[in-house]
This record gives sequence, structure tokens and C-alpha cells, in this order.
Amino acid sequence: MNQTTRKKLFLSMLKIRRVEEQVVSVYGQKQMRTPTHLSIGQEAVASGVCANLTKKDQVFASHRCHAAFLARGGSVDQFFLELCGRKNGVNQGRGGSAHLSDASKGFFSSPILGGMVPVATGAALSFKLNKTKNVAVVFSGDAGLEEGVFAESVNFALLKKLPIVFICENNLYSTNTHIRYRQPNSPIFKRVTELLKPKQINGNDVEKVYVDAKKAVDSCRRGKGPVFLECLTYRFREHVGPLYDYNIGYRTKKEVFDWEKRCPLSLYKRKILKLKIMSKKSVELTDKKIMNEAENSYAKALKGSWPTEKDLMTGVY
Amino acid sequence: MSRQITYAQAISEATVLAMKKDPNVLVMGLGVDDVKGIFGTTLEARKKFGLNRVIGTPASENAMTGVAIGAALNGKRPIFVHARNDFMFLALDQIINNAAKWKYVYGNDSVVPIVVRGIIGKGWGQGPTHSQSIQSVMTHFPGIYVAMPSTPYIAKGILMKSLESKVPVIIFEHRRLYDFKQYVPEKRYTVDFGKAKIFKRGKDVTVVATSILVHQALKAAKIVSDFGISVEVVDPVTISPLDEKTIIASVKKTGRLICADTSWLRCGVASEISAVVAEKAFSFLKAPIKRIALPECPCPVSRQLEEFFYKDYQDIVCACFEIVGKKRPNNLFKEKEEDLFLGPY
Repeated sequence: MNQTTRKKLFLSMLKIRRVEEQVVSVYGQKQMRTPTHLSIGQEAVASGVCANLTKKDQVFASHRCHAAFLARGGSVDQFFLELCGRKNGVNQGRGGSAHLSDASKGFFSSPILGGMVPVATGAALSFKLNKTKNVAVVFSGDAGLEEGVFAESVNFALLKKLPIVFICENNLYSTNTHIRYRQPNSPIFKRVTELLKPKQINGNDVEKVYVDAKKAVDSCRRGKGPVFLECLTYRFREHVGPLYDYNIGYRTKKEVFDWEKRCPLSLYKRKILKLKIMSKKSVELTDKKIMNEAENSYAKALKGSWPTEKDLMTGVY
Repeated sequence: MSRQITYAQAISEATVLAMKKDPNVLVMGLGVDDVKGIFGTTLEARKKFGLNRVIGTPASENAMTGVAIGAALNGKRPIFVHARNDFMFLALDQIINNAAKWKYVYGNDSVVPIVVRGIIGKGWGQGPTHSQSIQSVMTHFPGIYVAMPSTPYIAKGILMKSLESKVPVIIFEHRRLYDFKQYVPEKRYTVDFGKAKIFKRGKDVTVVATSILVHQALKAAKIVSDFGISVEVVDPVTISPLDEKTIIASVKKTGRLICADTSWLRCGVASEISAVVAEKAFSFLKAPIKRIALPECPCPVSRQLEEFFYKDYQDIVCACFEIVGKKRPNNLFKEKEEDLFLGPY
């Protein structure tokens, strides 16, 4: 892997982490009145995957969509405007945290579990019908795959050999329930995923994600049909909201801390320094710059115009 | 001017014309590519455009509707067909949580103009889950249009219109109308959304009827006219958007409203139209509004029970006499007419 790619991966993760930490630090001000599912701890997956995509590819995500939105190049200003419910937010203040989308960046998300999986499959269908080399990517959590539409979409994608990469961000929990209570060791859709030559990879190793996602995306572009990647990762914060939640009883403090030791960002920072891709000083300066930008975007968002009553009905059929 | 074609042929013709005009128009759904081609409505399209554009799908309604949405997002114009509209329930998540919300929430000129055709079956023992008429469910939600074409002319025009618009449209086609013949222009034309059609002018009673009941209302109007009751028959064509203006103007003229819909009463289309009139033309009403809809039970299979279950012109005739306060002559009807429709279903 070349140094430019490594730096790109590192900066993508750093940006997601710092922007979301800005959300954490100001969420209590209650300016962002939108249920917020943070990706802190899971930055490697979105960063590693999206770094392989072109502008014409399309990415679909679910409720925990901040990381993919930012990795796809979504605007931080428009992100904060949206979370603050302002008119110039990326969804005009209509979608909030869980529907972040930007058609110009080929990015859409929706919090109905599994809901975007077939939509991404349909995007892949149109890519194929139009004989393009574009690829559709859909991020889903481990619980999203429990929905029937997943198996149905996989079936259709295989049938038509569609250029789609299904990414499962397996962070072990559906809200507050561990995967061991929700899925058998040999899940019912194993038969389907076997057809896809599925792979489970360490979703906290951004290079691993990048390399496997690259293989997947390239294979899609060559018309080889859909690919499935399960990226094992972990969310540090509560299911929805800015806090830690190891005190409420569904997971232990030790478990969270153990995963924090495997934090994708700090692991990769060490590597970036070791390989001398960036100097310690340069990392610190960049980090500071990103944090300032996130703070400024939030401050600007608070000054953003509110939608007016007239805006309520605009664009309604 | 004598070119008479059936409702099914009109749908097929609209599909083929649209596919010719716009290479992005696709047909999707279970059985759209099979030998029967949804009562013949997709056969011609398949013959002319092949399996890349008439795409048979697995029985995965929700996912396949999502696939249609994803394709529409990228410029395709899928017509998604449910040979029974009851199967649309399986796709409600995608239709309501995605298609109906897309433009409003995601903006940026991002639209998903899918057309969903759902066929209402009636009679012949199709029973509780193959003969429902689910228009009021869909009408409840903003962001989608709902049409209930009552004639071949409207069926062709509304499908053409849908395939040229940016709105997700649900079209409910009544299976019993498929063989109904009428003059239909060969060329392309459109029928507008939100524009009711007055099938017959009258001055005593307004009957607003949907889908197949338009024809029952016309039959009823003819019978009661012999007894001096003049009925105006209004077909809303689309129930979302609803042409309130035409309906209210008619009620202001006649002072009486009967609403007949192919589905149930509770929160149904007949109830909604009644509410609109009660709210906006109450002082013009000379008698309480009457609603004609299905009895509050699932559709039974038994032929005998079906006779009790479905509403027809006789119910409308009775309502007309009651609403004008005239006594209905005895022996006006012999028996309920025997159901001669033999399918295919």
C-alpha cells in the first residue's frame, strides 16, 4: 500500500472521530435535537471501504451513518446544519442524523433496518442495465441482516450478478442486545452468504478493510457479481446518544475498555508515525485543525437559518 | 372512431407506448415475464422489449420494491406489478418508508418515480387475502399518489401520466374491469391526477364512486331516474390527490351525497370523502351523508356469503331512495344477479 493511500485512510478516520467528538461535546446543549447514533470506534470500516470508490459509485447506509457520510466526502458544515435542524442542512433539516444523504455524492441512508439493502441492490441493477462500471455499496449493521430483505436482496443480486458490495459492520450489539442472543452460530442465511464467498475481517484494521474492499469493488467492476464482507468492529458509545453506557448492564466496562485498546484510530496513528508517513508534529497540527473545523462548523450551524413555515410543504407531491 | 379495446389491452398499450418512448421504463414483478403475463397486460411488452426490460422477480415483494426504488433513483422507471394487491402489504416498508419519503427527506432533485400496479380481485371464492382493496391504506400517506381507474380510457391515460411524472404512483386495477371494452385512442395521451370525472350529470343526488362501483352507480342512476330521482355520478379517478373541488361543487348543487367504495368503511375512502364534504359543504346538505362500503368482516370464500358481502347497484339504488326520502317500490329487483364471471383469476 502506498503512503498516499495510508495518509488518506488515517485522515479519513481522524476526521470522523473528531467530528463525532464535537457532537459528543455539544450534544448536551440540546441544539442537535435528533437521535444520534455515533460511529466512534468503527471509523475503519467506512474509511477503508469508501477510499476505493469513485464519484459515480453509490453508497447506502443505515441509522449509524455519520462515518460513511464523512468518508464519502460529505460536508462537515452541512452535517452540523442538518443535526441542528437548519434549512441549509444536507437534508434541509428534514432528515437529521439518521437520514444523512447527499445525492451529489451518491450517498443515502435510512434508519429502517435493512431498508436500504434492496435500494442499493436496485442501484446496482441500474448500473448493470446501463452497462456502467459503477458499484453500489451498502453498509448494514449486524441486526440489519436479520431482516428478510437482506436474504431477498442477496438472492436477487446473485441471480442477476449485480455489482454490489454488502458490508456488514458487525459491532456485536443490536441496541442493547448482544448478537449471541439474536443469531445462531450458523445463521440461517449462511447458505446465501456462502454463495457470496463471504469473508469476516478485522473491521478495526483500516488497511485490511481497504485491501479486502478493494478486491470486492474491483471484482464488482469486472462484472463478477455481488460480494459480502463482514467487518468485525465495536461501538464505544451508547446505541443512540453521546454517552458511555457500560453502567446499564448489557455490557461490561472491561469489554468496552478492551475494545478501546483496539481502537482503529490509535492503532493506525502508531503505524503512520512508525512508517514516517506523517511526523508527530504534523499529526498534532492536522488533528488540531480538524477539531477546530468541527467546532467552527457547529458554531456556524447554530447561526444557520431555520426552515420557515413555508418550507414545511415545499417539495410535497 | 370504432376502435374498441379492453381495459387489459389499454394497460398493455400504455406500457408498450411508454417503453417505446422512454428506454428507461421497466416492468418488474412476480410473473410479469411468464406465459400469462399478468392477464395479458405485460405480454406485448415482453415480446417487444425482452427480458432485460420485463424483469420477472422472485417472491420478495419488499426487497424487489426496494430494488425498483434504487433503480428509479438512477433514472429507471419501473412499473412494479402485484397480480393481487394484497401482496403489496409485504412491500409497505419500502413504499412508505422509502418511496413516499424520498424527495421530501433527501431532496436535491433526488426522486424515485416508481409505478406500482396492484390488482383487486373480487369474487369466485378468492377470499380474505386475495380480494382486498387496499387503497385507503396507501392514501393515508403523503408522498405517493393513488389512482383507481374505472375505464380503459382512464387506465391507459393514468398509466401514461404516471410514467411521465416524478411522483411514486400506486394504481389499483379491478380484475372485473379487465374485459370491459371501450373506444380508446391509439396514440399517447394522459389523464390528470387530482381531476375527477363526472360520468353523468344530475340534480338530486351526488354519488361519488370508485373503480368498478362507478359502473354500478351508473346502472343505479338509470333505474332511479324512472322514479324521478336525478343522480350525478362522480369518479374521483385519483383518491390521492383528491379533487375536492369537483366533489364539493356537485354536492352544493344536489345537496345530497352517497359515497361508494370497494373497501371497508373505517378510515376508508368513503369516510374521507364524507369528511371533506361535511367539513366544507355542510350547510348545503339536505340529508345525512350515506356511505356504501364492505361490511366489517374479512371477505368470505363461500359463494353465498360473497353475495351478502359485496355491494352493487342495488345498494346504491336503495341509498338513493332513502336519501331523497322516497319510498322504494316493492319488487324493484328480483334476486341478486347471478355472478357470471368465470375468470381467469
